[in-house]
Order: sequence, then C-alpha cells, then structure tokens
Amino acid sequence: MGRVAEEGDVPPPEGAPLMSDTSIGTTVVKTGFAEMFKGGVIMDVVTADHARIAQDAGAVAVMALERVPADIRAQGGVARMSDPEVIEAIVEAVSIPVMAKCRIGHIVEAQILQALGVDFIDESEVLTPADEAHHIDKHAFTVPFVCGATDIGEALRRIGEGASMIRTKGEAGTGNVVEAVRHARSVQGSIRALQALAREELMAFAKLHGAPFDLVLYVHEHGRLPVVNFAAGGVATPADAAFMMQLGLDGVFVGSGIFKAAPGVTDVDERNRAFSRRAEAIVKAVTHYADPDELARVSRGLGQAMVGIELDSLPAEQRLAGRGW
Amino acid sequence: MICPVLDAAASFGAPVIARAPLVGVLALQGAFREHRSALERVGARALEVRRPEQLSCLDGLVIPGGESSTMTRLMRDYRLDEAIRCFSQDGGPVWGTCAGAIAVASVIEGYPEQPRLGLLDARVVRNAYGRQRPSFEADIDVVGWERPFRALFIRAPSLGAVGSGVRVLATFAGQPVAIADGRTLATVFHPELTGDDRWHRAFVTHCIGVRVARRRAAATADATGEPGPEPAAPESEAREARPA
Repeated sequence: MGRVAEEGDVPPPEGAPLMSDTSIGTTVVKTGFAEMFKGGVIMDVVTADHARIAQDAGAVAVMALERVPADIRAQGGVARMSDPEVIEAIVEAVSIPVMAKCRIGHIVEAQILQALGVDFIDESEVLTPADEAHHIDKHAFTVPFVCGATDIGEALRRIGEGASMIRTKGEAGTGNVVEAVRHARSVQGSIRALQALAREELMAFAKLHGAPFDLVLYVHEHGRLPVVNFAAGGVATPADAAFMMQLGLDGVFVGSGIFKAAPGVTDVDERNRAFSRRAEAIVKAVTHYADPDELARVSRGLGQAMVGIELDSLPAEQRLAGRGW
Repeated sequence: MICPVLDAAASFGAPVIARAPLVGVLALQGAFREHRSALERVGARALEVRRPEQLSCLDGLVIPGGESSTMTRLMRDYRLDEAIRCFSQDGGPVWGTCAGAIAVASVIEGYPEQPRLGLLDARVVRNAYGRQRPSFEADIDVVGWERPFRALFIRAPSLGAVGSGVRVLATFAGQPVAIADGRTLATVFHPELTGDDRWHRAFVTHCIGVRVARRRAAATADATGEPGPEPAAPESEAREARPA
C-alpha cells in the first residue's frame, strides 16, 4: 500500500535526461529542496491573484488551498484536499514552488497531489484526519512532505516516516501565535536537553518520547533536527514571524495571517494593497529577524491584522493541534 | 569603511586568523548556513551578509541556492545589487549556486523583469529540468578533476548561450552546468549539500589568489606613487579547481 515510486523507477516527465547514474526523488534531493526555503516565508493562497501577490511580495513558495484555515474553522464540516483545478490554476499563475495539503494518513490524496506535479505535500492537521492511527509512508513518494509536530517525539516520528521538513502545528486560523511558540519551545528545548545527555541515556529518551533511536542519536550529535523546522499556525504580524525565527526556527508559514488581514476593508484593490504590504513586511522581517530597527521600519503602516481568537475560548474539539499521532 | 570582523581579528592579535580569507555568504534567504559550514571546513572565515556595507571587507562572496525571485527582490530592495556589482567590478570573486547562478547571469530567459546582477555573460533558464518531482542527483565530470562530482539538481536552472569570455567547467547531458570567467563562477547544482568540499576549496583558493594579487598591486602603487597594474585575477576557475 502506498507504494508510488521507488528511487529512479519513474522516468522524469520533463527535462531531466535519463542516465544510468541519475536518480530522482532521493532523500537528499527532497531534504535539500526543503533547505532552499530557509529564511523564507511560505504563504497560503486560495486564488491565482493571491498567488501572484505572494510571489511579488517575495514568498519562497505558496500553499494552494480552497479555503484558508480561518475559513475552514469558521465553516466547519469535513475539510479535504483541494480540487485539482484550484491547485493547477495556482501552479499556472506563479514560477515559485507550489505546495498542497492532504489529510493525515490519506495515501490516495497524496498520490493525486504527486500526480498533479505539486512541489511539496503538507500532510496537515488543518484538514480532517483520514486515519486515526497512522500517517502516510512518505518514503514511498518522490515528492517531499512537510508535517506538523508539537514536540520532539512527534517531529522525529514524522521524519522516521520520511518527512523532509517539519513545522510547528501552532493553532492554525486563529491569528494567535501562542501555540506555535509552545511547540517551538518544546522542540528546541528538547534538542538542547538531548545534546546534554550521556550516550547511555539516549535509549530511555527515545522510549519516553516515542522517537526512533537513530534519529535521537542524530539530534544528540548534531544539535538540530535532520531536516528544516519551520514555524506555522497563528503567525499574523512581522513581529510574530521574527519572534519565531529568534526562537531558532528556519522559516515561517503564514496561513490566514495575510489574506485575512484588513478585515474592515471592502474595496478589492485597497484590500489587495494591504495584503501586499503585509506579505512583503513579513518576508523582510524573516530576513532581518535579529535587527529591531529594520523590524520597526517594516512593521509601520500595515493596517489592521486579522482578528485573532483567544485560545482559552476555543473548545477542545475545535483545536487542530491535537490531531496527529 | 570599518569592518567589525577584521577589527575583531586584529584586536585578538591573531595573525593566523587574519590571514584566512573572509568569504561572505549572502544571507537574505536560502541555504546560506550550509555554505558557511563548507567554507569553514576548507579553512576560510565566513560572514553572513545582509547589508551592503558588509561587502567592503570581503575576499569573496557566495550567493547561495534558495528561491531566486525572493532573493533577487530582496537584493534590489536592500541595495545589495549595486554593492555586489561594485564588489565584482573591483575584482571581487563571486560564486552563485542554483538561485545564485540565476542572480549572477546577464539574461534570465522568460523573466526580463526579474532583477539580476548581470556579472556573467550567460543566458539562464529557470527550472529547466522541471519542477521538484523530476529533480535529481547525478555524477558530473569537471575539467581538470580526476574523480567525478556528485551533483544535486533541485528545480535547477540551465546555462545556455554562454558568452565568448566564459569557460565551461562542467557539463551534464551536453548542457553547461558550471561556468566561470576570471572573477565570477556559476554552478546550477548544490555543492553545499553534498559534503564534498572541492568546489568550496577551489573558490577559496581563487579568493586568496585575488587578494594576494591586489596587495601586490597596492604595494607597487605605494612604492612608485603611481597606480599599480590592475590586479590580475587568475585566468579561470578551472586552473584553481584542482582535486582535493
């Protein structure tokens, strides 16, 4: 089940010439691609126009969706993979990489997204989980995956399954960064703690956190996850984005934070200009995350941010961060 | 201009550290950390560059892989494009990998509006090998190297219509994938991700050569009171690109 392709057995559909020593979709090709997003911002978009705004603002990639998380939250019901037409329209509109989301454990949604030629798949808790116990075997795909994690054990389990990139879950669609901070603190804190352990203490750590031992060993030796780790879930301002970078993360996903900003503005052009300004400011805040003067400069005059949700007011069944195993 | 790094090195009174070349890695976005580690592994000092004024104290500059449209936009917005062009015109060695190779090229096929540095006379095609799914790794032969180099092509650009003053250092499937003139090097693949540091060693060796030539020229100028001869940059990267 879930076997889509092994290294090298799918002929490259486009330019890559076939040669005996050429291999596609190898681990280093997938994790290396994720490295290229570092210091960058990946933005959720629902239309080709939004995708172009994101690209012009300097996004390193866009996440093609039917609804941003804030709307998924507001509308309720089962949230699934987007219609391929929506994704293809966005792929056509921009030259930067395009990501798309599938449900946790939904092997076939992932196969369809790979067939569509998206550049990255997010196996995401923002959509309604399709499997209550298992995630996708991501080694079976040539397209790389990003997965959410709330702590070190979850991060290393996802990497063990083949994720090429990790992100905090945060609490998507709330405009409230507190959960993302909690997850970032948890993972980064555990990495520091793991570095300080004696070698004979590593197995107990692996057991306690439900993490693959070889990956625990890697983190102990290198002081970092073997793949990049991004912030996601609740980032709404340049200051939020820079804060996540200062906590030691490699880059930022912004979901509803850009295209749900300027809530009071009804004029379409004016609203698009507000989106552009905010998107560009968040990009610059991530580049200059350690430079408060520059952060002060880019934070000026952005208009109203998205209306946030206080997490204490959110009933447990509406919390997305608890999804995933 | 004041250079905090060189001043710090001088205040340590550490001539050995001061002699190691200082290579900047453009750190606006992308795989700058990997280049930094590789440069340090081959004995250079590395500086993350985010501001134009940082260029004045460098012996060389690496423009890393990342998203080229993001990187070139930020370069323009923070006036790093002008600063890098000046650095190059003064003889400073610049090396662009993947997105960096797009940034240094003179023509970006199909994206005439995209900001670029135009340091190297070559026409570059973005994502020439396709999107992420067909991205691949392969062995390439490099001019003057005995062992092939395992190269990672990630949504890689291709280099076509190379100018007459530009040397092709490596090809893959008949296409140039590494090219250089006297001061600028472009590779469409990612040497910083492989752990094989031969490209970094070659570039750092080249940076040392340029610095020595510049100092000699400056010394000649001081002694004669006349401007010295133009610092002669080594003829090509290939000459420097000896195997480890």
